[in-house]
Amino acid sequence: MIRADGLGKAYMIGHAVERDRYVALRDVLAGAARAAIGRIRDPARGPGVSGGESIEAFWALKDVSFEVRRGEVLGIVGRNGAGKSTLLKVLSRITEPTRGRVEIRGRLASLLEVGTGFHPELTGRENIFLNGAILGMTRAEIRRKFDEIVAFAEVEKFLDTPVKRYSSGMYVRLAFAVAAHLEPEILVVDEVLSVGDAEFQKKCLGKMQDVAGHGRTVLFVSHNLSSVRSLCNRATMLDRGRVAYNGGVEDTLANYLAEMKTTHMACDDLGARPREGHFGERGRILGVKINSDQALAHGLPAEFEISYSVQSPIEGIAFSLGFSTPDGAKVMCIDTDIPGPRFRLRPTKQSKVRVSIDRMHLAPTEYILSAAIRSGDNFLIDYIPDALSVTVMPSAKTPAVIALRTTGHGGVRYPCSTEVNVPASLNDAVRNDQ
Amino acid sequence: MTMPQLEHGDAGPAGDVMQTHVERAPAAKTAGERVVVLEAGRAESNYWRDLWNYRELFLILAWRDVAVRYKQTAIGVAWAVIRPLTTMVIFTIIFGRLAKLPSEGATPYPILVLAGMLPWFLFSSILGDASSSLIGNANLIGKVYFPRIILPASTAVVALVDLAINLVVLLTLMAFYGFLPGWRIALLPAFIAFAVVASLGPALLTAALNVKYRDFRFIMPFLLQIGLYVSPVGFSSSVVPDGWRLLYSLNPVVGVIDGFRWCLLGGESPLYIPGFVGSCVVAGLLAWLGVAYFRKVERTFADVI
Repeated sequence: MIRADGLGKAYMIGHAVERDRYVALRDVLAGAARAAIGRIRDPARGPGVSGGESIEAFWALKDVSFEVRRGEVLGIVGRNGAGKSTLLKVLSRITEPTRGRVEIRGRLASLLEVGTGFHPELTGRENIFLNGAILGMTRAEIRRKFDEIVAFAEVEKFLDTPVKRYSSGMYVRLAFAVAAHLEPEILVVDEVLSVGDAEFQKKCLGKMQDVAGHGRTVLFVSHNLSSVRSLCNRATMLDRGRVAYNGGVEDTLANYLAEMKTTHMACDDLGARPREGHFGERGRILGVKINSDQALAHGLPAEFEISYSVQSPIEGIAFSLGFSTPDGAKVMCIDTDIPGPRFRLRPTKQSKVRVSIDRMHLAPTEYILSAAIRSGDNFLIDYIPDALSVTVMPSAKTPAVIALRTTGHGGVRYPCSTEVNVPASLNDAVRNDQ
Repeated sequence: MTMPQLEHGDAGPAGDVMQTHVERAPAAKTAGERVVVLEAGRAESNYWRDLWNYRELFLILAWRDVAVRYKQTAIGVAWAVIRPLTTMVIFTIIFGRLAKLPSEGATPYPILVLAGMLPWFLFSSILGDASSSLIGNANLIGKVYFPRIILPASTAVVALVDLAINLVVLLTLMAFYGFLPGWRIALLPAFIAFAVVASLGPALLTAALNVKYRDFRFIMPFLLQIGLYVSPVGFSSSVVPDGWRLLYSLNPVVGVIDGFRWCLLGGESPLYIPGFVGSCVVAGLLAWLGVAYFRKVERTFADVI
C-alpha cells in the first residue's frame, strides 16, 4: 500500500552554469573570493550570488497526493516531463521529496531500467546474481529462480560467456528475465516493456500480467497506452508535476488523449530542460510553437516556430525537427538546410526562426517531436529528443478510412497517380469491374 | 503429485506466490509490516538496521569488484605483488642504503619497508577507490535505492584481498631472512580492522565530496603521493625526534603502520603508546565525521551525480 500526501520535488536550476550539473570546487572558491572582494569594495551590495548565476527552483512534482491499495495495478500516464519518472524515483527512494510525505507498506522493488548494474566483463550467470541482488532479491531467492530466469531469457548456451559478447537482443532478454522474476509486495515499473523484439515484448507483457494478477501492488508508467489498458485497473494522469486526473483506466486514457490533442501545441520551457553532454552550451533551444497554436492537421500546411538563444557566435547553422512514434522510431525529419542556406548566428538572448512545410504528410496519431540546432553536417549544438508530444489531427482532406483508424496504415500516406494499361492481368480486372 | 511441487516452491507463478505468502504473513503479524515513510529531511531512524538488510548486496558488489579486477588481466594476481615489491626495493635502496636511515632493532630493512608498505597500500587503495566509487557507479545510484555507503565500503574488500596476497609475500620474505614474527602476529586482525576504519573515515568524506566537487579526482592522487612520503612507509617512525613524535602521530596512518610493525616485527619495533592513542583518536574522529557527512548528503546524490 502506498499513500502520498502533498508530494513535491524541486530541482535547483542555475542559469549561468548549466553545462554541468556538478560544481567544480575551483568555481566555488573563485565565487567566494569574488564575493569577498566585492564586499570589501562595495559593502552595500550585500552577499552576491556565487559566480553571478541565478538559481531557480523547478518543481518536477507539485502537491501530488494519491493512494494505491494492496493488489491494485495503477497506471501512470502523462507526456514527457510531466513528472512520472521523478515520481517513481521518489517512491523508490532514489531521491528525497522536497515537500510532503509518502508512506509505503510492504517490500518495494523498483524497475526503472532493465540491466541496471550489468557488468560487461562478467558472465551471464554472474550477472544474474549481481543484477538480482541490485534489484533486491536475496541470493537464496535468485538460486531458487535461476533455472526459470535462464529459460525465460533463452540464453542457456551462453551462461558462462561474458555478457559483452552477447548480442543486444540476448542482453536485453537476460536483463528483463531477471527483472521479471522479482517478487516484491509492491513493484514500481518504468516503461521497461519497450525492449526487445515484438515477440519478446509480448512475453514480457504476459509476465507482467501474471505478476499483476497475483495480488501484487504495481505502479506502472508507460507511453504505450495499450499496455496500460491491458495491465492496469486504475490510472492517474500527471501534467506538469501535478495530478491532472485520477480514476478508471478508460476515463484517464480518454482524458490523456483529449489533453494531448487540445493543448500544448507550444512549449516555452525547453531552455530549462536538462541536456546531455555539451548540448545547449553555445546555442540553446528555448521553445517550439506549432501553427501559432492551431491544431496540426494531416494534409494541410504546417508552420513551426523555434525560439533559441545563442551564447557564442556559431556558423553553418541549421535547425532540425524530427517526428518519432511513441516507441521511438523516427518517421519524419525537417532540416532547414535541406534544401536551404545555413546561418551564421550572433549571440542573442532570444530569437526566433520560422519553418513551414506545404503539407503535413504524417498520418493522424501521436508523435514525439525532437528539436535540434546543428552546425555543419553532423555537429550538434543542441538537441532535445522529446521536446513535445504532438498529435496530428485528421482534416477534411484526410480519407475517412484513415481518420477513423490510426493503426495499420503506416506513418505517411503519399498521394500517387495510377496508370491502368500496363499489366495485362490488371487490365482484365479493370475491364471486369466495369 | 502436488506435494513435491510445494516443497520445491518453484511450481510456476502460483506456487511461488503461495510460498511467499506463507513465508511473510506470520512476520507481518508479529513484527508489524515493514513501513517506510519518505519525507524531506527525515533522518533514517533505523539506518544501521537498513544497512544490515543490504549486506548481501554489499558482499555481491565487493565480489564484483574483486572478480572484475582479476579478470582479463594477463598476469592477474601478480599485479598485487609487483607494485609493493618494486616500491619496497626502491625505498630500501633510497632510505636504507643511500640515506642510511636506521631500521628497527635487528629487522632487515626490506622487511621493515614491506611491513609498512602493506598497511599503506591498504589505506591508499581504500581511499583512492572509495573516492571514485560513487562516480563510477553513478548509473546504480540513479536507478536503484540502497544505502549508498555500501559502495565506498565495498572497496575495502578489494583492498583486503590485495592485503592478503601481500601478506603472503611478506611472510615469504621473512622466511627468506629467517626472521620470525612471534606471538604478536595473532593481533594483526585487530590492527587490520583499525586500518580499515582509519581509511574509511577520510574515504567517505572524499567520496561524498567527489560527487559534488569533481576536482577531487585530481586532488586524490596528489594527496596520496604526499601521504606516501609523509607517512613512515620507507623509514621507521622512531627516526622522528621525540619532541615531534606525538604531533607526527596525529596522522592516523602513522598509528596504523606502527601497529602493523609492532605485530609483524616481533618485538623489534616497540609501540609508542601516546602516539598510537593519538592516531586512534584522530582516526575515530575522522570516521565519525566521514559517516556523519556522508549520511547528511547521501540523499541528494541521485540529484547531483
